[in-house]
Amino acid sequence: MQDYATQIKAFIIENFLFNAEGSSLGDDESFLESGIVDSTGILEVVAWIEETFDIRVPDTDLLPENFDTVQRLAAYMRRSAEAQGLHKG
Amino acid sequence: MCGIAGILNLGNNPPIERSSLERMIGMLRHRGPDGLGVFVRPQVGLAHSRLSIIDLEGGAQPICNEDRTLWVVFNGEIFNYRELRHDLEQRGHRFSTHTDTEVIVHLFEEKGERCVEELNGQFAIALWDESKQRLFLARDRMGIRPLFYTTHAGRFYFGSEVKAIFAADAGIPRIIDPEVLAEIFTFWMPADRDSVFRGVRQLAAGHWAWVDGVSGIRESEYWDIPLHQVQHSQTKSEDEYAEELRALLVDAVRLQLRADVPVGAYLSGGLDSSAITSMVRRYTNNQLKTFSVTFSDTSYDESREQAEVSAFLGTDHAAVNCTYEDIARVFPAVVWHAETPLLRTAPAPLYLLSRLVRDNGYKVVLTGEGADEIMGGYDIFKEAKIRAFIHRNMQSHLRPLLLKRLYPYLTLSPTGSAAYAAKFFATDAPLDDPFYAHRPRWRTTAWLLPFLRDGLRQTPPRDPVETLDAVYGGKLDGMDFFSAAQYLESKTLLANYLLSSQGDRMAMAHSVEGRFPFLDHRVVEFACQIPPRLRMKVLCEKNILKKAMAGALPTSILTRKKQPYMAPDIASFSGKVGQECLERYMSEEAVADADLFRPTAVRQLIAKCHKGQRQGFRENMAFIGILSAQILHEHYIRNFQSAPFGSDTKIADPN
Repeated sequence: MQDYATQIKAFIIENFLFNAEGSSLGDDESFLESGIVDSTGILEVVAWIEETFDIRVPDTDLLPENFDTVQRLAAYMRRSAEAQGLHKG
Repeated sequence: MCGIAGILNLGNNPPIERSSLERMIGMLRHRGPDGLGVFVRPQVGLAHSRLSIIDLEGGAQPICNEDRTLWVVFNGEIFNYRELRHDLEQRGHRFSTHTDTEVIVHLFEEKGERCVEELNGQFAIALWDESKQRLFLARDRMGIRPLFYTTHAGRFYFGSEVKAIFAADAGIPRIIDPEVLAEIFTFWMPADRDSVFRGVRQLAAGHWAWVDGVSGIRESEYWDIPLHQVQHSQTKSEDEYAEELRALLVDAVRLQLRADVPVGAYLSGGLDSSAITSMVRRYTNNQLKTFSVTFSDTSYDESREQAEVSAFLGTDHAAVNCTYEDIARVFPAVVWHAETPLLRTAPAPLYLLSRLVRDNGYKVVLTGEGADEIMGGYDIFKEAKIRAFIHRNMQSHLRPLLLKRLYPYLTLSPTGSAAYAAKFFATDAPLDDPFYAHRPRWRTTAWLLPFLRDGLRQTPPRDPVETLDAVYGGKLDGMDFFSAAQYLESKTLLANYLLSSQGDRMAMAHSVEGRFPFLDHRVVEFACQIPPRLRMKVLCEKNILKKAMAGALPTSILTRKKQPYMAPDIASFSGKVGQECLERYMSEEAVADADLFRPTAVRQLIAKCHKGQRQGFRENMAFIGILSAQILHEHYIRNFQSAPFGSDTKIADPN
């Protein structure tokens, strides 16, 4: 099983950059500032997290601190999976 | 490809008349203009009209076995007939033709009814077992080829189309069934296997039937879409699924290119037909001719995408342009061929397309039909996923905003209209409701029901959803909502609307055979094993198919937002041709004569449409639904006659 960061990166590149040639994404690159993911897109990320990892995301967690970069999101997912008693990626 | 028809005496009736069979098959000449065949015994008669595709010289039907005890008429193709024939010859069977049809009788000798399980194909079969005095009928797994039947005055009648049955005997009742009409005005198609004509049913997809005078009609299901068998524990990677799918599709295309005439392809500009076309190009040596529809109304037109794919794949491309007037002009003939009320004009351009194919000298086309159902492509699946996402956290103010992905025109803000939108798409359905995905659509469509005149339906009226539940509810038990939506869409929309009204009937109207590699049962069975979350990954529809096609198609086609195939509905009837059509079929007198609809409601609907503003989904569906029911009344009930719209097809002399 790949770690969260690798899987997040793969999903963002595939789903929002459509695997465009040479597409890359830095661990600390802001999704919103770089325009990669818009506000509706964040909800797609939430749906993906739920459907793939079974992690439940309440509205109150939908903050840039949790969702705006690969690194922050991976950390958020680790914390949530642990808190919800799920297997960690 | 062909038309088949027949009669069986169920009791002590006078011998079957050849003239009845000739009238029946005469109604199906468009399905098979290349030859006619009739087989008559006192108890039974079979008739066949032939479109010759395999063994052009030796393929006349009916065909029999070595000792002439089994007689078959057959509509369709058995794509693996060469392999089956080889095995049968090894076992000592002697063949007198090179047809796929003959494989059926010899395979039947070996395996009886279970022979259909060996067939890879699209077929409707009628086989007379002389020694047992029984008739065997069978239909392909996905319902590609049609087969209707009825009983009347001690006789069993069957045919590829209802018009053949009605032609057999003027005494057979021709009545539009109001309960089935109500089902069509809820689901777009009948809930069960009834036709809109009372007493005329179809053999369901994946079923066979035995018919005789002693036991009547006994149907059995031999295959079903195996969506209930998903092994959720299986953990193949997306790339592995994509690789396997590609290999299977290539093989399906290879088999479906078998023909003794050239094979073309439909190219809509979307992913599915582009995928099929690219496989034909890459994995075979055929010079490929592709065909498409373009629209004068640019909101429906995809000619730019069609040109892009055609150039990318180097196909020899032909297109037919479709105007409002064209749709209005052919719509009555389209309904005559479809034999059911339609809620959209979308079949009409496909009618024009098959004429283009025929005019170019082609009889066979491959199409991308079926991919949306089995690979997970429809917006109704996407909508259900978003609703379920909202449903999982009803307190969320943000989640309804995801509806914007599907309906960009919704102006949603977290505080205001998002809650409204969520409410609009909400039903009382819990997440494990087998009809979770479909309830909003049914609710919208059922807006048409009040157009039916008072007292038309029985008291109390039959509940369409209960009828449908009785047929499919048990099958959906325990299925996840995504698979349940796919199953239902495949069994209802695909089998009973798209493959018939937009597929078989529109292609056959001009003697063209459609072939559907996505509906090769091996492809379907494989697709069912892909976990639901990978079929549509979040909101990426047909995820595995897209991965399978990566590199084989332009990126713009792979990433393009899915365009639902549609044609202008009400707008098509605003011009002179359209007005003439309305005057003939939807005038106050015509509405009163058919006695199906409330005249005032119809009048008000027409008046609203005349105002010329943009009409909603419901108005469009109601208008086309009522118009098409009126056309059916005119040509099937009030004034039933053969070929009311003439024939575009050159008919060969039947010897």
